[in-house]
Amino acid sequence: MKLENEELFELEVEALIKEIHTQYGYDFSGYARASVYRRIKRFLGQKHLQSIDELRKFLFTDSFFFENFLQEVTVNVTEMFRDPTFFKSLRENVLPILSTYPFIKVWDAGCSTGEELFSLAILLEEEGLLSRTKIYATDINQKVLRQAKDGIFSATHMTAYTAAYYAAGGKRDFAEYYTSNYGSVKFNSSLVKNVVFYPHNLATDTSFNEFHLIVCRNVLIYFNRALQERVYQLFDESLVSLGYLALGKKETLAMSEISSKYNFVDKNNRIYRKNS
Amino acid sequence: MRDNTRLIVLGGSWGGIQASLKILQGLPADYSIPIVLVLHRLRNQEGSLQELFDKKLVLKAVEVDDKTPLEAGHVYIAPSNYHVLLERDHTFSLDASELENYSRPSIDVTFTSAADVFGKNTVGILLSGASKDGSSGLKYIFEKRGTAIVQHPGEAEIATMPLAAINSIPGCSIMNVERIQAYLLTLHGH
Repeated sequence: MKLENEELFELEVEALIKEIHTQYGYDFSGYARASVYRRIKRFLGQKHLQSIDELRKFLFTDSFFFENFLQEVTVNVTEMFRDPTFFKSLRENVLPILSTYPFIKVWDAGCSTGEELFSLAILLEEEGLLSRTKIYATDINQKVLRQAKDGIFSATHMTAYTAAYYAAGGKRDFAEYYTSNYGSVKFNSSLVKNVVFYPHNLATDTSFNEFHLIVCRNVLIYFNRALQERVYQLFDESLVSLGYLALGKKETLAMSEISSKYNFVDKNNRIYRKNS
Repeated sequence: MRDNTRLIVLGGSWGGIQASLKILQGLPADYSIPIVLVLHRLRNQEGSLQELFDKKLVLKAVEVDDKTPLEAGHVYIAPSNYHVLLERDHTFSLDASELENYSRPSIDVTFTSAADVFGKNTVGILLSGASKDGSSGLKYIFEKRGTAIVQHPGEAEIATMPLAAINSIPGCSIMNVERIQAYLLTLHGH
């Protein structure tokens, strides 16, 4: 894209964001622009579209095409035990405290295709907590929620996931948790027996329950500061006192109004605990 | 309607750590232009690069946190496992999406994003490396009338990355690290 076209492109995207909101109800106005522009350019390239005008025609006449667009623009890249030290810290610093509650409620916000959810469930299982934990797994995108529910992942990454599982303090033979079948693996559905899958849009929906732990890693990086603040307020409303909030390794509460109510449990892994 | 704030973006892979250290070691603590450094590194690796650079440089070396603002006197290091993007308000946005050129962080991603925000005021510097990442980003900077500098392939520990850039950007400047450092010093305070 040439220099003089960049500003035009950005103006067209702004108009498109308004139209999408009107037509489909998805509000991207609070998304981080650098990322949105990049994702849309990438999508145009993938679909061999030459302009935003061309993209509009498909988006507003074909809802399947829109669902595809939604999935590409809202990043759904994820992996099991991403940052093993985070999961190790969760296991060592947070789960022992959660184990003192008779019943545990966890919110996995922006669970995408479920890799993080299954990682959490495995951790809880190994610490003997899964049977008395209810996990709410939410995402803006219904399609990825269905995938998360199935727990079927490509076998391509299993070597890396297995290594990450052990680096996270995994206690068993990782292969016990899944069955392999023609290039895919299916994780045991018993892991998600107590999981509620639920469409929830962090940009527009409200608090729906109270939790002991909220895990929202590398989701808010795609939002601007104002929308991040909205979501932090939403998390604050949804956490019990002394509840835990886990963000991605390079996400910070430092600029948020709620930060004074929270202390680090593990600064390096961005695990926070709400004051009493 | 771009403002005139400048940004320096450096990228490198194998051999890029040593080259960027040599260049940045000569810059003073009050260096007037923020610097973003994208070096390929192992996935899920902890942040020892930041410690290394902070120890060796007069400038302050920090790993990028999401949505933090750019400040002069800082070297911002792309964290492991994230792409680094720049916003119009001169803050960072991190991105954990697909690898680009088998890399995350990818140099192309940051160079392209920097050029979209800083246009002709972008100084892109591509150093040693055994990868093709960075050359299309540097080309993009050049096309937006920014400055495109490539480490002299004869000096680079691995010349693949510099050569890829030189081949795709005939108008780029080719310099050894000493000259790159001298050039950056001429930009200071202007």
